[in-house]
Parts: sequence; structure tokens; C-alpha cells
Amino acid sequence: MFEAILAMLGLGAACGSILGIASRVFYVYEDPRIAEVESLLSGANCGGCGYTGCSAAAAAAVSGSAPPSVCVVAGFETAMEVGQLLGVDVGSAEPRLSFNECDGGHRAADKYYYIGVNSCKALTAMYGGKRECSIGCLGQGDCVKACSFDAIHMGPDGYPVVDGNKCVGCGACETACPKDILHVQTTSDRLLHFNRDIDALSPCAQTCPAEIDIARYITQIREGDYEGAVQTIRERNPLLLTCGRVCPHPCESYCRRGIEEDPVSINQLKRFVADLEMNSGRRYPIKCAPNTGKRIAVIGGGPAGLSCAFFLRRLGHDVTIFEMMPKLGGMVRYGIPEYRLPKETLQWEIDGILNLGIECITNVKLGEDFDIQSLADARFDAIFLGVGAWKDYSLRVDGEDLKGCFTGIDFLSRFATHQQGDGGTDIPIGRRCAVIGGGNTAIDCVRTLIRLGAEEVSIIYRRTRNEMPANEVEIVAAEEEGVKFAFLAAPVQVIGDENGHVKQLEYLKMELGEPDASGRRRPVPIEGSETLVDIDMLVTAIGQGPDVSFRDKEKDLEALNITRWNTIDADNEETLQSSIPYIFSAGDAFTGASLVIEAIGGGRRAARSIHQYLSGDEIKPVDHSLYKRHIPESLFEQVDGLQNSERAKMPELPVAERIKTFEEVDLVLSEETARKESKRCLNCCRLCYNQDAA
Amino acid sequence: MDEYIVLIVSCIFVNNILLAQFLGNCPFFGTSKKMETAVGMSMAVIFVLVLAGVITWVVYNFMLVPLNLTYLRTIAFILVIASLVQFVEMFLKKSIPALYAGLGIFLPLITTNCAVFGACVINIDKEYSFMKALVASFSFAVGFGLALILFAGLRERILLARVPGPLQDTSIALVAAGIISLTFFAFRGMV
Ligand SMILES: Cc1cc2nc3c(=O)[nH]c(=O)nc-3n(C[C@H](O)[C@H](O)[C@H](O)COP(=O)(O)OP(=O)(O)OC[C@H]3O[C@@H](n4cnc5c(N)ncnc54)[C@H](O)[C@@H]3O)c2cc1C
Ligand code: SF4
Repeated sequence: MFEAILAMLGLGAACGSILGIASRVFYVYEDPRIAEVESLLSGANCGGCGYTGCSAAAAAAVSGSAPPSVCVVAGFETAMEVGQLLGVDVGSAEPRLSFNECDGGHRAADKYYYIGVNSCKALTAMYGGKRECSIGCLGQGDCVKACSFDAIHMGPDGYPVVDGNKCVGCGACETACPKDILHVQTTSDRLLHFNRDIDALSPCAQTCPAEIDIARYITQIREGDYEGAVQTIRERNPLLLTCGRVCPHPCESYCRRGIEEDPVSINQLKRFVADLEMNSGRRYPIKCAPNTGKRIAVIGGGPAGLSCAFFLRRLGHDVTIFEMMPKLGGMVRYGIPEYRLPKETLQWEIDGILNLGIECITNVKLGEDFDIQSLADARFDAIFLGVGAWKDYSLRVDGEDLKGCFTGIDFLSRFATHQQGDGGTDIPIGRRCAVIGGGNTAIDCVRTLIRLGAEEVSIIYRRTRNEMPANEVEIVAAEEEGVKFAFLAAPVQVIGDENGHVKQLEYLKMELGEPDASGRRRPVPIEGSETLVDIDMLVTAIGQGPDVSFRDKEKDLEALNITRWNTIDADNEETLQSSIPYIFSAGDAFTGASLVIEAIGGGRRAARSIHQYLSGDEIKPVDHSLYKRHIPESLFEQVDGLQNSERAKMPELPVAERIKTFEEVDLVLSEETARKESKRCLNCCRLCYNQDAA
Repeated sequence: MDEYIVLIVSCIFVNNILLAQFLGNCPFFGTSKKMETAVGMSMAVIFVLVLAGVITWVVYNFMLVPLNLTYLRTIAFILVIASLVQFVEMFLKKSIPALYAGLGIFLPLITTNCAVFGACVINIDKEYSFMKALVASFSFAVGFGLALILFAGLRERILLARVPGPLQDTSIALVAAGIISLTFFAFRGMV
């Protein structure tokens, strides 16, 4: 007996001491709070929280990747205690919620008839399920069975509907779904998501450079949930008032209804809800993640900078914008004229972004008032360069420096600055003005000149109307307002009078030859066709590139690679990380002169990379990325079973009235028309769509 | 040599720890729903069982036998196996974090696994030599893995069948396990 006790004691002591020594030798540092948090959790190891057991959940809560309320069993009091222990406010931690990506349901066609067990998992094992669609919902409700909180139900249209009030974000449905349709996400997860070729996406949403979930927001408008629609847009685009007015809507060219008749007026619908919010006198709340304490400097307050700042702020980071002009907005403020986008509207939108807690310092220029080193000294963790494209290309002909000659961006921005009362002098306007170029800048110049009282305004462009890069609606508006067009004309010199003021412009007539690299037919001069026109003001708007002069002023910036178009170079156009790891770029500064929506999409893409950089993760492009691509199966040649319906007409100011003022030309749709237009949307996905949309 | 081959075959098939000895049934049903988990569990069992088999053999033959305390076998083995698993967990966490992450939650689960304990006791009962104990432990573990993975594959298939309501899930799994067990009896004639 005695021996037995002794032997067991000995064995126990041996095991104990070996373990004791081992725990020293094999010691791995673990935050002591993990053990404390674990002791507070239920200890059921049920996995309901989506982690492998309580200790994994505790580790996640301590690292901040799970909220204090991670345990779905323990209830609110435990969450409070955990929150207290970790020093985070339980209320402010980001909740996770289940989202269903598929709303095709019954409308998706069947491949075969199935009579097996009612389980999505079983059904998937048979050729991926009975539905034609490779990714869509199978409708057997594994998710419904998996939810222990009664938060998910099979809806009438054969796809699950989540009850946001009951969902605790435990992730059981996501695990149960064999089709990867249900996603349990925080708002941050959603902001960081980019289109993938395995997602449920309509053709329009695949096309939008900012990847707005178009079908979803149009559905919300159709259902009268205008606030929801605004929130859906804001997940991808903070400048909806602006885009609702100036976006050339590439999405509409891919609209599935557009294959058979006029596409849905997507952008008008965006403008409708955006205006509705502005006019309601109330700003819809915008959710931000808890503060991370990381600081980012955003240089340039144009659309790219604003978008990047907006998304970084929503991800919980501290952002400061540095801007050289007196006000924020970039080209949207200083290029796009008042009659297309009223400054008051723009300011309201920018205020909403800054209200999230973004700081901004204006009238400071990178390379003059501050440099990258000073930002590093001020302890910024990362830098975003969104300086746009502000340097006009020059014509390289004799006499272009004469008095009365201007360049496009210079003219528009000086005029806009003066018009907004931010100083500068009035620009003397000529009687007979010529604008050289065929892009948006040229059109904005002529339409501005007309409003300023110029008697005769003409555009001189070296190709034909078909090749003009400006937005079609803009060209039409300019035509309506009485602008003259001289196509196939290449300026050769500017002739001045004895006072050094511009008097005449000489150009050569051209004809179209062989197509060049861009696919447009190259204009070739016709010999002996020199023509003279009398003018007293000339604006050259033949394109613009980024001004990277700040690079020459700082030694460290030599390592910043730029392309031969003076744009900032990045290893990968999806990560937007420059050759200096903590500097990121997007917008016109990265792409060259482009579109507002492109800059906004780029800003968010850069925000994602910066977020990865600050979290210490590897910076890598999205898996299954759909960047600048479409899902082939979602592009149709024809759309069967459509009922014809007419596209909403945009109301606008009559020509006679509008050429006298800077009043906004395009007006907003009425609620009735907008609702009717929203019904035209087919609510498309990859393959299926609403056949009986009106 | 022949001896060992017979031993291996008998441990894997004839005396399969799950299907012939009916030990370790909880993980057999608990972790066989998914192939992935089944594979993870099998690896963890192979790893732990070999170590446990060897160490308990040493403890028995060099401690309990000389001290005439063989009746303490059960309690001593439990202590040794539990400590061993703890030790292995710590060791892996520090030295081979990748393997640790892979085996994950399965390691602590094995602490209380009767298959491990059973195999160790069988080694002693059959009075195996050290080498034989090592080979037997390994073979038992492989047998465990074989049965588990086989069964997981089967259960993934069963999902496709039209099982009557009252028999679904664990019930049908028990029935299926019984039938596989019967088929394993056919190995009886081999050795
Ligand atoms: C006349 C005109 C009309 C246009 N019309 C349309 C249209 O109808 N639809 C459309 O989609 N797009 C249009 N565009 C294009 C669109 O405006 C741009 O693509 C978009 O504004 C690019 O955004 P960004 O943030 O990259 O650059 P920008 O908007 O150019 O912003 C860059 C910002 O950086 C600041 N900055 C520059 N250098 C420095 C420095 N060194 N230090 C500090 N700050 C600096 C600038 O002041 C500016 O605020 C038009 C462009 C022009 C010029
Ligand atoms: S019909 Fe609607 S969902 Fe389909 S492409 Fe057009 S706007 Fe997008």
C-alpha cells in the first residue's frame, strides 16, 4: 500500500516536473489576457462563434479580430466583462452580420429534376447542384437549419432572407452553405471587398470602376428604401452627388436591358437618391470601425484622395488630408464648372466626409510647403499620393505664349478660384474664342466661355466628332448651346498683333488615314490647306499629365519610380503600392487623366492595400480578381422575354435660359419617374434576371 | 520478419482498434462527418499513439514490474498519457508551429481517448517486446486512421442517400459502422 502511494507520487512528481521544465523550455509568449478572457467565456467549446474552441475565440478577441461579444453562448454580461478587460467599448466593436449575396432563387433555371434529401450539401455533391447557375442558392435551407437563433428563413422567392435584428453573426450559416453565398461580415469586411469572378454580380456592377452593387441599390429604390440605397452606394463611393451628375456611366453600356433597348438610367437613379438625402436635411449615419490609432497622410484632396481618406477612416484609421488649393475637391471643384456640378452641392458632400473625423490642411503644396520627410517626422504610418493630373500639355507651336492664350486646366481652375471668391484676378474674355482639343476639358472651356459672354466660340479638333473623347452628352449640350466645331484641323501657329496679343490662328486641314495603336484612324495633313481664322482668345486643352515636380525637390524621393507619362509607377496596378513601400497612389496621378469614378475606385483599392500594410499583412491583389474583366457567362447576346419600356428622360434647363447663367443644367428625376425607372431594372445576376420587370 | 508482418496485418485489420475492439468510438463518430477533420484526427492519433505505446511500455517494464506494482497500471498509464499529450502540445507549439496548427484541437481531444489507452494496455497484456510494442502501436494507429477515413468517406456519401427521418445522422452512422465492422470480421481467417 505504502509503496503504491509512494510510486504514484513519484510518477506524478516526475511527470509534473518534466511538464514544468517543458513549459519553460518550450515557452511561447502568449498575451496573458488570452487566458483571462478564456476564463470568462462559456467553456463549452461549441464552435458557435466560428472559432475552433474557446481559446481560439479568446485569442481572436484579444487580437481585436473578434468583438468582445464573440461568444454566442455567454450573453451580454460576459461581453461587458471581456470588453472591460480588453479596454474596448462593447458597443463600438464592429458587429458581424450575415449577408446573402444571391437573390436569384426560383428564377434561376433548373438543370435536372432532383428528388434526393433536402440538403444543399447533398445536392451540391451531385454535379454542383440542380441549378444552371454555378454559384447560386440551391434553396434547400441548410443555413436555416444551421442557425440556432432563428435569424434566417427561406423567403418566398426561394432564397434565404436574414433577419438583421436576430442575427448574432455566429457564422453557422456561412459554414453550412456549400455554395459560399452567405457571408458573415463586419462593415469593414464589406468595405474591403472587391469583385471576384466567383461572386454573384450583375453585368453593370462588374463594369463600374468603383464596383458599386448597382442591382442592389436599384432594388432598394424600387422598394422605397432610399436610405438603404444610399448606404449601398456609400459602401463603394463617397461622392454620389458628384458622380450622379458628372459620371459618364460606363455601367450603362453593359446594362443587360441595353442589349434589346435603352439601358436603365442607372446614374440618374443614383443622383435621385443622393439628392434626396441632401434635400432631406438629415445626413444618413455612416458606420466606422473602432479606432486603430494608425495615422495616414493623404496628399491631394481630389476624388481619389477623398475616397481613400473616407474608406481608411471607416476602417478606423486617423487620416489627414494635405491639399494645395484653398478648398478640397480637386478637378471636380476646379475643373468641372458650376453649371454641371454646383459648388454648394460638392461642399455638402465633402463636409459629410470630413464629418467622420478626417482632418484637412489646405493651401499647402507637397514639394514647397512640406515634403515626405516632414510627414515621416510627424509620425504618419503611410502616405497616399493622389495629386491628380494638373499639368497641361503644350501645343508646341509658335506663338502659344502670346497674350490672350491660355491652357485648359489653368483657365478653368483660375476662373473657378476667382468665381468662388478665393482670390485671383478676373480673366479678360475675348469676343471670338477658339479652344483646341476634343476632351472634357475642351468642352468645359467652350461652355464656360459661352456663359461668360463670348460671341463666337469654336472647337478646333484634329480628328472627327466620332473620335472625340469627351462625354457624348457634353458634346450634344455644347452643340445645342451654339458652339462651332472645326474638325480635322491641326494648328500650326498662333499669330499675334503688334502688342503681342493673339490675332489669328493658322491650321492645316487633315484627312483620316490608317488606324493607329489606339484603333482610331490617324489624321494626316493635306498639303497646302493652311487656313487662317481671326480670334482674340485661345485656350489649348489637348490633355494633361501629373505634375511630379515635388520629386526633384527631395532626395529620398528619387526612389519613387514614375512612368514615361509622368504617372506614379506601381508594381501591381491592383495593389497600388509604389516603389517606396509606405507610399500608395491612385486616381489621375496613377492612371493619367481619367474619370472621377475611376479615381474613387482606385482610392478604395489603395485604402485596402494601406489597411493591409498597417495590419502587417502581406499586400496582395484580390484572389479571383475581376479587375477590368467581365465574367464571360454573364455577357449575353440577346435577352429573351423583355417587355419594352421607355427610359426616363432627364429633365434639363432650356438652352436659351442656361447659356446666360452658371445655373445647373441637368435636373433631378421626380420620385415617381425614378420609381418607374427602377422597375425597368432586371435585377440581373450572372445568369438569371427578372424576366417580368416592367 | 514474418512475425512482424503478421503483427502489422493483425493490428491494422484483424484486430482493428475501432471496428474489432470497439475502442475510441467517440472520435469515430464525432470527427467522421468531414473528410478533412477525419484526416487531421488520424494524423494526431498516429503521432500520439506511437509515443504513448513506447513510453507506457517503458514505464510498465522498468518501473511497475520491478516494484511489483502492476496493479497500478491503469492509473499510471492515464497519468503518463495525459502528461505526454500536454508535453507534445507544448513541444509542437514551440518547435513545429505548422504541425501544431494543423493538428489543432485534435491533440487535447486525444488526452482522453480510450483507443490510445486501450492499445497501450493490449501491448502489455500480449507481453510484446519493445520493438513489437512500437510496431503494434503504430499499426493500431494506422488501423484507426484507416477506419476513420473510410468511414468519413462513407458518411459524405450517405448524405446523398434518401435516409428515413428517424434514422438520419448518427443513427444511420451507427448502422453503417456495424456493417463495416461485420465486414472486418472477414479478416479473422487471415491470421
Ligand atoms: C475639365 C475637366 C472635366 C472633367 N469632367 C469629367 C466628367 O464629366 N466626368 C468624369 O468622370 N470625370 C471628369 N473629369 C476627370 C476627373 O475630374 C478626374 O479624373 C478626377 O478628378 C481625378 O481625381 P484625382 O483625385 O485623381 O485628381 P484631382 O481631382 O486632380 O485631385 C488632385 C488633388 O491634389 C491636389 N494636389 C496636386 N498637387 C499637389 C501637391 N503637390 N501638394 C498638395 N496637393 C496637390 C490638387 O489640388 C487636387 O486637389 C474631368 C476633368 C477635367 C479636367
Ligand atoms: S437591368 Fe439592372 S441589374 Fe441588369 S445590367 Fe441593367 S441596371 Fe444592371
